[in-house]
Parts: sequence; structure tokens; C-alpha cells
Amino acid sequence: MAEKDPEKEKRKIKAVARMKEIMTTYYIEAKMAEGTGKKVAWITSGGPVEPLIVMDVIPIYPENHGAMIGASKMGADLCEKAEIMGFSRDLCSYARSDIACAPINAGPIGGLPKPDMLICCNNICGTVLKWYEIQARHFNAPLFILDTPFCHTEFSKEAKKYVLKQLYEYIAFLERNCGKPFDYDKMKEVGRLSVEGQRLWRAVLDTAAHKPSPLSAFDAFFHLAMIVTLRGTQVVVDYYAALLNEMNERITAGIGAIPNERYRLLWDNLPIWYRTKWLSEKFASYDACLVADTYTSAWCGVLKYIDENDFLNTIAEAYSRIYLNIGIDQMADEILSIVDRYDVNGIVMHSNRSCKPYSLGQYDIQKIIREKRGIPSLIIEADMVDERSFTESQIETRIDAFMEVMRGT
Amino acid sequence: MNIEDLHNLQNDPYNYALRLKKEGGKKVVGYFCSYTPEELIFAAGATPFRIFGTRSTINLADAHLQSYCCSPVRIALEEALSGKTTVLDGIVFPHTCDSIQRLSDIWRLNVPLPFHIDVVLPVKLNSESAREYMIDVLHKFMKELEKNLEVKITEEALRHAIALYNKIRESIKTISDMRLINPSLLKGSDFYSIVKSSMIMDRNDLAQILSHIIQDLGAKKETPDVTFRKRLVLTGAMCNHPDFYQIVEDGGGVVVWDDLCTGSRYFEGQLDSTGDPVISIAERYLHRIECPAKHSGLSTRAENLLDIVQNKNADGVVFLIHKFCDPHSFDYPYLKKHLDNERIPNTLIEMEDQASIGERLKTRFEAFLEMI
Ligand code: SF4
Ligand code: SF4
Ligand code: SF4
Repeated sequence: MAEKDPEKEKRKIKAVARMKEIMTTYYIEAKMAEGTGKKVAWITSGGPVEPLIVMDVIPIYPENHGAMIGASKMGADLCEKAEIMGFSRDLCSYARSDIACAPINAGPIGGLPKPDMLICCNNICGTVLKWYEIQARHFNAPLFILDTPFCHTEFSKEAKKYVLKQLYEYIAFLERNCGKPFDYDKMKEVGRLSVEGQRLWRAVLDTAAHKPSPLSAFDAFFHLAMIVTLRGTQVVVDYYAALLNEMNERITAGIGAIPNERYRLLWDNLPIWYRTKWLSEKFASYDACLVADTYTSAWCGVLKYIDENDFLNTIAEAYSRIYLNIGIDQMADEILSIVDRYDVNGIVMHSNRSCKPYSLGQYDIQKIIREKRGIPSLIIEADMVDERSFTESQIETRIDAFMEVMRGT
Repeated sequence: MNIEDLHNLQNDPYNYALRLKKEGGKKVVGYFCSYTPEELIFAAGATPFRIFGTRSTINLADAHLQSYCCSPVRIALEEALSGKTTVLDGIVFPHTCDSIQRLSDIWRLNVPLPFHIDVVLPVKLNSESAREYMIDVLHKFMKELEKNLEVKITEEALRHAIALYNKIRESIKTISDMRLINPSLLKGSDFYSIVKSSMIMDRNDLAQILSHIIQDLGAKKETPDVTFRKRLVLTGAMCNHPDFYQIVEDGGGVVVWDDLCTGSRYFEGQLDSTGDPVISIAERYLHRIECPAKHSGLSTRAENLLDIVQNKNADGVVFLIHKFCDPHSFDYPYLKKHLDNERIPNTLIEMEDQASIGERLKTRFEAFLEMI
């Protein structure tokens, strides 16, 4: 075995091993669910998972599946398979690759466990609605749609009433499909754990405010899986508590995510899963650390709306006002607050062909940030999973040019 | 006005809007997408005016929208940024697809108009709470219109709007039915112009023109259609290409029906004129066949399409889908599967932009017509 570089070893986050272990156990348990009698529900990343935890249903996230497909570089192949099935290349590659996996049990984990039901919350996009309709047809499983009206400028009282009603319809749907009553006491406990998990995740991300930052957005992309998939459980709380400790230790020991942090950048949009390593090394070669991003903070950005003592009634608003369900001027405000909080001096925007709600409007957001903070930004056009939409030479040139600008500022 | 005038109206709708304001003293409210509850705009004394592209070349919109945004959205923004929409007294965006959703944001930040209203309709249409929310949202919209247009929408005005819209939609349907029996009565492009004009014109004038057209067609009815034509159904978002119908007809086909927003989705479904007017309007938007950006069941669109093919005695189906259109592209494989199962010939035409219709399409189309 080759000699390990102590400099590199020092920077490795130790919690990674534990994370892999937890995620593996989680997927094994889910895949064996059929034998154990536990129900499996597919749910969108922005959907309220907590009631599922209360009902002892195993939540499965097709979007997380998409991310795994991207990270294991199976995206282009699966996307092509979806195109043969008739799905246009211009559709979201999470959806395309997952849809292609279903009939043939393909992908990095040999297909997702079959759903007993599907929960689709459209607070992130309209794509999930179509995607879940397709999978509900394919698996012939019941579909519940939690419709969270888009908040261009406001979350209206009419919308609030509607979403709240649906939360109770959601519970009734679960009771029907699980054949048992919903335990409201347990809901309180799960709600508390969910909030605690989100707070800890927030705290982990906030350690990046320190200079040098102990973690980068690329680390955050990895550690995110837990708050998405197991929110509302003790495992998450314990895991992020340990991760937070590790980050604080790194701060004390002066260990940064990259060796010489000179520039602090913000990443906008989903990661480019098949190129995270390349990108992080590329930026590190310029002493630039991506200290924050808009994506991973989406899972704790709405904490302010949640009252942990009245969880069920307050999540209507929280789930409706998440980052992708608000107008672009509010998104720009969010970015500005991240810029200030983490002392960011440049923005990297991934213009993601897959994700229209995230990407359309980026040019205007860029302009707002330039006007209000005068910091430079770079837009790279790619796709989060479909490698065919990534042109390395072009992107490299753009990053080089951008970093030259950064050096001059 | 005759049909020729309606065609001309398409070329410069903004000039028409200007005249409407100057001569008729009317307010004109722009809107997107056939989910806009136009009846309420009309009841508020304004003319609802759907924004269609007028085939301008795109350069201003490119500073706001990436290359992977569909052309209807891009063209609409171009119209606005190039100053064409300044004639409008306000704009209304109903919530449907992700692209229109972001267009609304971009428009609000870049296109100054006296008012900008987002009507955030439910996405799910088939539940009791969605129905309630739909009604709530229409009431909210009504209040916003009242405030911005400085009017009071009376119950009488609502009832009048319902009656007039029923008349208009009924008339278009009559024309459509006449064509169904005798397609040579009216060219496809003429019919299409009628539907499109009905989203732009002063609705009182429109109602009269439609009656005249029906009379004229009735007089012509005696000459039966002897040419054999392949009967086609169009499905998709909208068709913004009058030439398209020409291509079909030149190739020996005829469009007998559609599932388009510039077609049957616009004119089908009557409003209940007896009950609470706002509820009646809500019911129509809840029950008309949905756009794929909405949900009212897992197979409603396929069933509807098969019904159309059967009832209208069609020989084939043409999917007209804009490039980069998420909702329609997602539905395509499943709709196609249903057609294939029934051995109904079908073809997909992906529309790239305004200009690209032409030779390529002609060849594709001729091959398809020969096949069926
Ligand atoms: S990547 Fe975008 S379009 Fe795809 S599922 Fe996620 S939010 Fe929706
Ligand atoms: S297809 Fe849907 S989004 Fe497009 S105009 Fe029609 S109703 Fe609106
Ligand atoms: S429905 Fe399709 S074509 Fe129409 S605006 Fe939306 S994305 Fe564009």
C-alpha cells in the first residue's frame, strides 16, 4: 500500500466512516423490509418525513438515489436508458435515472426497495409530481400529494389553511395504508428530534464561518444524506453531535478543509455529483474553499417557523417556505445573508440543466448580489447527474478566469 | 371583423389592445396560461389578454433565462422586455409549471407594470381541501383585482361574465363540432385563429363575431366534404404555428380535435350559471381536463385522449411538445403507451422555437400521414 500523505490524512473528516456505516445499515434494512413486514414509503427530499417515522415506516428518498447514481458515475448510462423509454433528455436527471432503474433493478444498489406508498411534496419542484405519478403507476402503489402553494411573495393565509388540512389528510392516508392509528404522543418526540437534528446540522454548517473553515460545501454535500433521510430519529442527533464536536476540534487545532484558505466561496444549486472531487481540488489549487452553499442549508433554513412544542401545526409553514418554494428575490436575500454570515467573497453558481426551479432566475440573482455586495460570481453550466452535460475544458477555463478575477479583487 | 381580421390580430395584438384602451376606454390585463380565471378579470371590467409571442427574435430574454428554458416562456419575456407589453394595465400569472413560476418572478423584478398578481392555484385538483383552496384563491384574486383596478366586482357582473363566457365557449365548440363533421368548412388555421383571438379580443365583440361565423358556416354546410382526409388529434401545451395546420392539410390530413390550451382545453366545460358564481368558476378549473402540471388522477389524461380519438373518429395523434417542456415531456411516454396499446398511430413533434417549423417538419409529417 502506498504511503499515506499525513497532510491529507489530517484533513480527512473521521465521521465519514460512521456515516457510511449508518447509511449502509439503513439501506440494508430497507431492502429487507419485505421480509420483516415493515412498510416502505418513497418520499421527496422536501417532504415531511416525521409522520412516517412515527408510523414506523421506512422512508426512501429517490433523490438520494439520484445522488448516489451521480456520484457512482452511472448517470449517463441510466439517463440514456430513460431516453429509450421515451423520456426527453431535457428532463431532470434524478427523475430520469431513477425511472430507468425501477423496471430493471439497476443502479448502484440494485434498485430501490419497492414502495408500499409514495409521498410527494411539491415544495421543491413540479418535476417530483410527474416523477411520482410515473412511479405510482409503475409500482401500482398509492400516492399522496402534499401540495404546498408556491410563495412568490407571501405564504397566504389561504395556503396555510390548505397545507394544514393536508397534513391531517396525510396522517389519515398513513393510518389507512398502515392499518393502525397515528400516535400523536410519539409525534411530539419525533418532532423534537427532528428540530434537534436540524439545529445540530445548522451548527455543523455554521462552523464554516470560522477561518479557516473546518469543512467545505463538498463535505456538507456528503454529510447531508443523514438529515435528509433520517430526520426525526435519535441516530441523526447523535451523528451530528459527534460531527459538530469533530468540527470544533478542527477549529481548535486550526485544521481547515483545504491547506491554505485564501478565498471563501459560496456554491449555489445542487452538487455536480460525479465531479465533486475534481471541483474541490480545482478550487483548492487556487486556495479557494467553498465554505457554504444554498443546497445543504435548505434542510435547516426554515427552523425559524417551527415551534417544537407544536410541531405538526407549525411545519405547514416551514415546509411551504423552503428555499426552492420562494421567489427569486427572497432567494437572493437568503444568499446575501449566507454571504455575510460566512464572509464569502465570491459565488459559484451551477446552472443545472436538470433543475429549472433552482436555475431559472440565477442570472437575476447574480445581478442582485453584484449590486448589493459587489462580489464576483461565476456560472458554470452542467448537470448534477448526467455527465454528458459536463464539458471539462470549458468549465476549467471558466474557473481559471474567475479565479484570476478573484485574485485581482 | 372577418376571419382575415382575426389572422391579422395575431400579428399585432398589442396594437389592438391599444385601440381597445383608447377607443373603448377599457383596461387590458395580460395573462399567461389557460388556468387564469379570466372570467374574474372580465367581471372586473377589464379585457383579459393572453400573451402570445409575436415571433420576435430573442436577445433581451437571454440575459435572464438559460438556454434550456422553453420557448413560450422565453418569447413572452422577450415581448415584455422589448416594451411591447407596456400597453397592459397589469399582469396575472397563475401557478402551473416550474418555468412559468420563475418567469413570474423574473417578470415581477424586471417589467414594471401597474400591478402583478400571482394566482397560486392548487396543483392537486382532486381533493376536497384542494377544492376549498381553489375557491379561497379565487376570492383572494378577486379582492386583489378590485384593489388594483379600483372597482367592485358585483354579483351581477359575475353572473354576466359567466353567461358571456358560456356563450363564447359554446360558440367555439359549435364551430369545432361543425368542422368535425365537415372539415372542409373551415381551415385549421382559421379555427385556430378563432380560438386564439378569443383570448385577446373584447369579449362582447367576440361573442358577436362568433355568432356571425356560425351563421356563415351554417350557410355553407350544404356542400359536403368529399375529399378523404386523415383525421388527426393534436395533444400538448399549445400550438403557436398557424402554418402547422396548413402543413397537415397539404399533406392530406386534417386536425379534427385537440387536447391543447389553444384548443379544447380552452373552450370545453360550461360554467354553472345557477349556483354561487365564484364556486362555479372554481369548479370549471377543477374539472376541465388538466394540464400535466396539475394532478387529478394517475390516468385521467390518457383516458381523455383515448376518448377523444374514439369519439372524434380520429386516425392518429400528434404530440406537439415544446423542447424543454417538463410537464408535457414527462407525460409523453405514458400517453404514448396507451395509444400504442390501442394501436393508434402517433408521432411526436418537438417544437424548438418559433422559426423552426418548416421543411423538417413537413417531411416528418408526410411520412407519418403515409404510415396511417
Ligand atoms: S433536481 Fe430539481 S427538478 Fe429534479 S427533483 Fe430536485 S428539485 Fe426537482
Ligand atoms: S399547458 Fe399547462 S402551463 Fe401551459 S398554458 Fe396550458 S395550462 Fe398553462
Ligand atoms: S407547460 Fe411547458 S411549454 Fe408551457 S410554459 Fe411550461 S414548460 Fe413551457
